[in-house]
Amino acid sequence: MIKKSKLRGEFFMQGDIACAEGAIAAGCRFFGGYPITPASEIAERMAYRLPLVDGAFIQYEDEIASMAGIIGASWAGAKPMTATSGPGISLMNENIGLGMMMETPCVVINVQRGSPSTGLPTSWGQADMMQARWGSHGDYGSISLSPNSPQEFFDLTIVAFNYAEKYRLPVFVVTDAVVGHMTEKVVIPPVEELDIIDRKYTNKKPADYRPYDPDDDLIPPFAKAGDGYRYHSTGLTHDERGYPVMSEECQRRCAKRLVDKIKKNADDIIITEEHDIEDADVVVVSYGISSRTVIPAMEKAKEKGVKVGFLRLVTVWPFPEKQIRELSKQIKGFVVVELNLGQVVLEVERCAAKHAETKLVGHPGGGMHKMDDIVNAILEVANEQ
Amino acid sequence: MSNKKQHILEHPMDDLLRMDRIPHIWCPGCGLGSDVAAFADGLKRAEVDFDKVAVVSGIGCTGRVAGYIKLDSYHTTHGRAIPFATGLKLANRDLTVVVFSGDGDLFAIGGNHLIHAARRNLDINVICVNNFIYGMTGGQNAPTTPLGAYSSTAPFGNYEAPFNLVGITAAAGANYVARWTTVQARRLSQSIATAAKKKGFCFIEVVSPCATVFARKNKGGTGLDLMKEFRNRTVIDHKADPTQIPLTMDDEIVCGEFVNREDPTFWENVQNGIKDQVEKNADWEKIQSEKNKRLYKKTLKYEGSRDIG
Amino acid sequence: MDKLRVKISGYGGQGIILSSYIVGKAVSIYDGKSATMTQAYGPEARGGACSSQVVIDKGQVDYPLVDSAEVLVALSQEGYDKFFHILNKGGVLFYDKDLVTELKDHTDVVEKAIPATRIAENMGKKIVANIVMLGYVTAQTKFVTPKAMEAAIRGSVPQKYVDLNIKAFTTGYKYKKE
Repeated sequence: MIKKSKLRGEFFMQGDIACAEGAIAAGCRFFGGYPITPASEIAERMAYRLPLVDGAFIQYEDEIASMAGIIGASWAGAKPMTATSGPGISLMNENIGLGMMMETPCVVINVQRGSPSTGLPTSWGQADMMQARWGSHGDYGSISLSPNSPQEFFDLTIVAFNYAEKYRLPVFVVTDAVVGHMTEKVVIPPVEELDIIDRKYTNKKPADYRPYDPDDDLIPPFAKAGDGYRYHSTGLTHDERGYPVMSEECQRRCAKRLVDKIKKNADDIIITEEHDIEDADVVVVSYGISSRTVIPAMEKAKEKGVKVGFLRLVTVWPFPEKQIRELSKQIKGFVVVELNLGQVVLEVERCAAKHAETKLVGHPGGGMHKMDDIVNAILEVANEQ
Repeated sequence: MSNKKQHILEHPMDDLLRMDRIPHIWCPGCGLGSDVAAFADGLKRAEVDFDKVAVVSGIGCTGRVAGYIKLDSYHTTHGRAIPFATGLKLANRDLTVVVFSGDGDLFAIGGNHLIHAARRNLDINVICVNNFIYGMTGGQNAPTTPLGAYSSTAPFGNYEAPFNLVGITAAAGANYVARWTTVQARRLSQSIATAAKKKGFCFIEVVSPCATVFARKNKGGTGLDLMKEFRNRTVIDHKADPTQIPLTMDDEIVCGEFVNREDPTFWENVQNGIKDQVEKNADWEKIQSEKNKRLYKKTLKYEGSRDIG
Repeated sequence: MDKLRVKISGYGGQGIILSSYIVGKAVSIYDGKSATMTQAYGPEARGGACSSQVVIDKGQVDYPLVDSAEVLVALSQEGYDKFFHILNKGGVLFYDKDLVTELKDHTDVVEKAIPATRIAENMGKKIVANIVMLGYVTAQTKFVTPKAMEAAIRGSVPQKYVDLNIKAFTTGYKYKKE
């Protein structure tokens, strides 16, 4: 078994390093990556830490290899991770699809920078949110967590591993250059206080084992390479044996379960944080670093007499449709604050369409929202007739 | 009929093939069936524990090999079999990891991964079936298509110089480099057995007939005709310089074991490199934590922790 | 004051980032308040002008970046020129009086000068100028306790230089205007 291993105590720690420490604490013992600002510090820390805990680190020749490599490592039974930024995710996307199709537990960190293309390498943005959801071709359910502090980067990296192991898929932690590069207090509790989930291994005999035969929770039990199961896994549409079957019927079963396993478990997956939502007229929706500008803006709007609440998306995907739908019936409108020109706002609009207004406070990245822009948007929505 | 079935069930390769997936999808006259048989035979000769062998393929005709071999087998994305195999091997160093894929997969879309895996001298084996063309997608030009040969994207004859696979791999740092054609099945399986036992990056090129597209476009006749041609053109020369033996439409096909060296592998280098540091830092976590332990108060509200159910 | 933003600027090699790290660590780990430290990245951080910043808050730090500051610490002329405009009215400017010689006409900020680099040179190590400056800043502003600063310094510099750094800190802390 993997030796439980990690630091403990209170540290003044950079976000990227907290992420690496979270991974080590979660049991990550393989890292494959390629340097990119602003995520390189994660790879650097893993290069130092993994040898100390009998893990393997490899700096691959590119991000395509990094993503393929962590999938391979996962099939050997390791909890693997890679970390990159937008351009790297773009390269990884084909193999992220492979990870989804083969149902491979692994964690992908995206420390977002200014975009598109090379954009602002040392600066920040949140314009990869839709990419995180829909980046690879095809239908699949997907999980993205969005920390807004080094502490949360530590915590949510552990949660990401837990989700990856539990639901068997690549899980994203989508943060940004501010969180990755900022240094704050990080509390690392004793190992006994952490919830660590490991993947479900099959207890069947090799002759009876079918690698894609799901349990009631829609998750098939795992068998790793070298354990004598001698199974097949493919990126082609496959049946329960893992064999390619080129039929509509098999495609339906195969693709649908990839979507359903996340949809049906959404309530277990979704994490949100609510502030003053009960009697609010206006609810601000935000996530990641943007959410830290919202709190002072809220206070200011309250001073002007607006009943304003705040819903922070800790998991952005799966989207909390139910929660937004229910809220939309009680309030005048939503204000969505994000460092892009309109991505998650589309989801809020979709869910609120019939009942409440939705207003975007967007920003192309490279800077932060002006607090007054958020306040004004709150006031506008509050005062609409 | 029933006799015939009985015969198939007793085939000596049964224990290494997924008989429930036979018949395979490869064309009549294709060399892949023989290549897979040589692989199975090679593993048997090497007497490795089959439970500890994993096969990784990319995309293409040869990419389908993983699906027919009864081992832990992974059919990955186009060109990425080697990085996948790298992860598999590094996460479980007890496995024998074999990449079985085609020339287009390994040297066009996946070329960068191949030279870097060879450079690192990763302890994996790569069997590259070279049929000079993209078969699965209908006969397009490959990085191995000889000058002047016809393909569906070279309707006036190929004008791109092809790669010499054994030359590249030897130059990039592989521990073992060999080339055979499908005709030399016995030597090929011996090579596969050698590679299975050998440490470091082992590369075996298998020049293999594609009857359906390469032969048809180049008036090469049937698969059997191509095999005969291979036999006639083959020269076995273990001392040949692998960088000086490119494959053309008509010249000799020089086969042999060109490189067989014992350079340290990636993981051996890692171990040597970090040994002192790991010993020196064995208590790193403890020391760092001790420094910060007195600060950690159990009563402190752990703000970031969430009940994830 | 509930919230305080500190900008530290100078050139590469002066320990600008380490200074912010020490302040942030002292405040958040040893003083029980919150602190967020950020720094300039990219080509602009490699040599030449260099800057880092700390936001200090009694509660949680919400907005982590520093567009305007209550305290500016300038250890070079360029650092001063580049960032003096972000200093708020009533803010405090700390500068090395030998390295920052051309001051703008300030009427609405408090200026506090110390020959930090010279003091450090007299102690035998120019490299601790930043710590001398931190001692002075600690004494003059009271946003962080000297005890916390000492603890943070001990945990952040190489073991063999701890004594020197503590001495530099104390010297800066006790510095009285010449």
